[in-house]
Amino acid sequence: MTGSEAIIKSLIAENVDVLFGYPGGQIMPFFDKLYDYQKELRQILVRHEQGAVHAAQGYARACGKTGVVAVTSGPGATNVITGVADAMVDSTPLVVITGQVSASLLGTDAFQETDVLGITLPITKWSYQIRRAEDIAWAVARAFYIARSGRPGPVVLDVTKDAQIGILEDFKYEPCSFIRSYIPVPTLQKSKIQEAAQMLAEAKKPLIVYGQGIILSHAEEELMALCNKGGIPAASTLLGLSALPNDFEHYKGMLGMHGNIGPNIKTNEADLILAVGMRFDDRVTGKVDTYAKQAKIIHIDIDIAEIGKIIPVDLGIHADAKQALGLLTLLIPEGNHSEWEAEFDACNAVERKRVSLPEIAPSEGPINMGEVVDMVAEVSKHSAIVITDVGQNQMMAARYSKFNQSRSMITSGGLGTMGFGLPAAIGAKIAQPDRHVCFFGGDGGVQMTIQEFGTIMQEQTGVKVIILNNNWLGNVRQWQELFFGSRYSQTRMLNPDYMMIAEAYGFAHRRVTERAELREAVEDMLKDNRPYILEACIVEEGMVFPMIPPGKGVTDIMLNANEWYTDGRK
Amino acid sequence: MEENNNTLFTVTVYSENQVGLLNQISIIFTRRNLNIWSLTVSSTVLEGVHKFTIACRTSRRQIEAVVKQIEKRIDVIKAFYYTDDEIIYQEVALYKVPTDKILDDNDFESLLHRSNAQILEINRTFAVIQKTGHCDETKQLYEELSKYGVLQFVRSGRVAITRSTVEQVSRFLEAQEERREEIERK
Repeated sequence: MTGSEAIIKSLIAENVDVLFGYPGGQIMPFFDKLYDYQKELRQILVRHEQGAVHAAQGYARACGKTGVVAVTSGPGATNVITGVADAMVDSTPLVVITGQVSASLLGTDAFQETDVLGITLPITKWSYQIRRAEDIAWAVARAFYIARSGRPGPVVLDVTKDAQIGILEDFKYEPCSFIRSYIPVPTLQKSKIQEAAQMLAEAKKPLIVYGQGIILSHAEEELMALCNKGGIPAASTLLGLSALPNDFEHYKGMLGMHGNIGPNIKTNEADLILAVGMRFDDRVTGKVDTYAKQAKIIHIDIDIAEIGKIIPVDLGIHADAKQALGLLTLLIPEGNHSEWEAEFDACNAVERKRVSLPEIAPSEGPINMGEVVDMVAEVSKHSAIVITDVGQNQMMAARYSKFNQSRSMITSGGLGTMGFGLPAAIGAKIAQPDRHVCFFGGDGGVQMTIQEFGTIMQEQTGVKVIILNNNWLGNVRQWQELFFGSRYSQTRMLNPDYMMIAEAYGFAHRRVTERAELREAVEDMLKDNRPYILEACIVEEGMVFPMIPPGKGVTDIMLNANEWYTDGRK
Repeated sequence: MEENNNTLFTVTVYSENQVGLLNQISIIFTRRNLNIWSLTVSSTVLEGVHKFTIACRTSRRQIEAVVKQIEKRIDVIKAFYYTDDEIIYQEVALYKVPTDKILDDNDFESLLHRSNAQILEINRTFAVIQKTGHCDETKQLYEELSKYGVLQFVRSGRVAITRSTVEQVSRFLEAQEERREEIERK
């Protein structure tokens, strides 16, 4: 058996059923062997390696399995870097296999040699170079264990060509379940959970803020049970969206720069904040110096490096969210904070009247971004997987989509990678073929990875591509208008005819310019499982509000370009 | 001891013997624009375990975050940080001086004695002197030797041993061994 076959057998042993990749010189022995395994392993040929890694991210986040990528050395490897960095900051399990020149050529600037370990060490959970066929089973087993356990993340395996062609006498695959220097899930410290339960029992105005850690540890039910028993309101980060359904009575909305007014304002009024599986990103906290100074803070995270990194905590609990919340719910008394919860609803009602309804239900003028999102949510009965690109489309999709099951919102949070959405949607659709996958992109981000229309065509992946076209790089344009004196430097886009592009790829397509056509167009898009491009020509100067401007605190909320939220007081 | 944003901390990192670990550790300092003041790598009493001793001036908050991020690296076993009062530490300095200058000077022998320094090698043209101690001590000897004209000077990174009576890494590895057995039983 060759090293290449050993890699494939190792992947199959790890239950990998799909691989996103692109062949090239130094990975050819591996792709050659893949030819014999087309039944066992579905292989998706992308159009650019960045597409492969974003597709694997979309796949991993839609189904929870580890996404697998294989690309060649040199430019193939450097083209995956953006996605690897994105997966690192957004805790997405990936195993990325890069080809490498033969071991004897390492360090000689050989053709398509690049220092993959040197480049990827800072942006991976683990990076390893395999130089001998004998090390393949060990390294692949370790890679999968590391990628998916604890706080998940990307792993890069850089496989030299001689390791791929090396002959193995015998091959035995043993999954990895232990690494001496690594504790993925810490032992639950019951005394700390007891302390947290005590603090929650004493709190008059508790607030749970949660992130993707809930989804990653499958703690959705435990979170819901905690909210129900304690009568505690909860708010989500961007990446935590869909962990709780929108209609859950204790769910109070999204935190952060374009989040809901209730949870942002009440962050600075709560007497206890229980943070779970989130990392106090600056888009959530705003100005750290004014963040929740009045509150006691409990932080539960599986990554101890996150505890106290940004916000000093009163109680840090290094734990798996599911275990911690499960025990915490048992230990707290039943509670009711309905008056406190009603305060959130009052803030959110102001937001609905002043911001949301004018966005999603205007009586006249051009189509709004939020209107399109709202229509897709309604027609899909809140059951679609929503994928976004980055920018206004992302914030609108996050604000106006509604979710009734977990793992339904896939977006590039930490890195904010434009071009993420289209390939991520391909991966998500492959992971969840029976669900609608609706991708919201802007005219800017769609063109960053537009080559992946080729992948959709070849695979007939039934992705619904919704282009919110305002002929601007809208989010930057919004900042230019608000903070840079309306100097629109390099944000005006002259765009191609997306309908002609759809024609060229043979996709069903429709352009909507009038409000009256919107519902019918969305219904047409969602009536079957074909790839579909819906171009919504939307208001050019649309802006996302509410907004906490950069450098401001969570209570400094703009309702529109000229008006701040005042909460009835000054 | 008094601390500020420029306190000298000694970080000790115990790791597996893997290629690229120094890079993984050093980039965590680089990201935060922290200058590594000295660095030493050595083996330990534990088989297969390597020890990095890194001295760095910064605040306690920064060094705590750095140490957590170092420990997060998969092949790092444990990382700790200490202030100078918590450890016993030493550096080695070597000085190369012209032989004729020191032979002509009656004070030289008493200087060596006073400084607790030794001559490692001497020939017709130069002598190499070795001194082990803290930075201020090796620096002082440098100044005292400068009247002879120091031809070369080099000082090692610090090596450090804790004052703690408990060997935390050994305990950690013992606990991990129990965990391994438990996993294998399942």
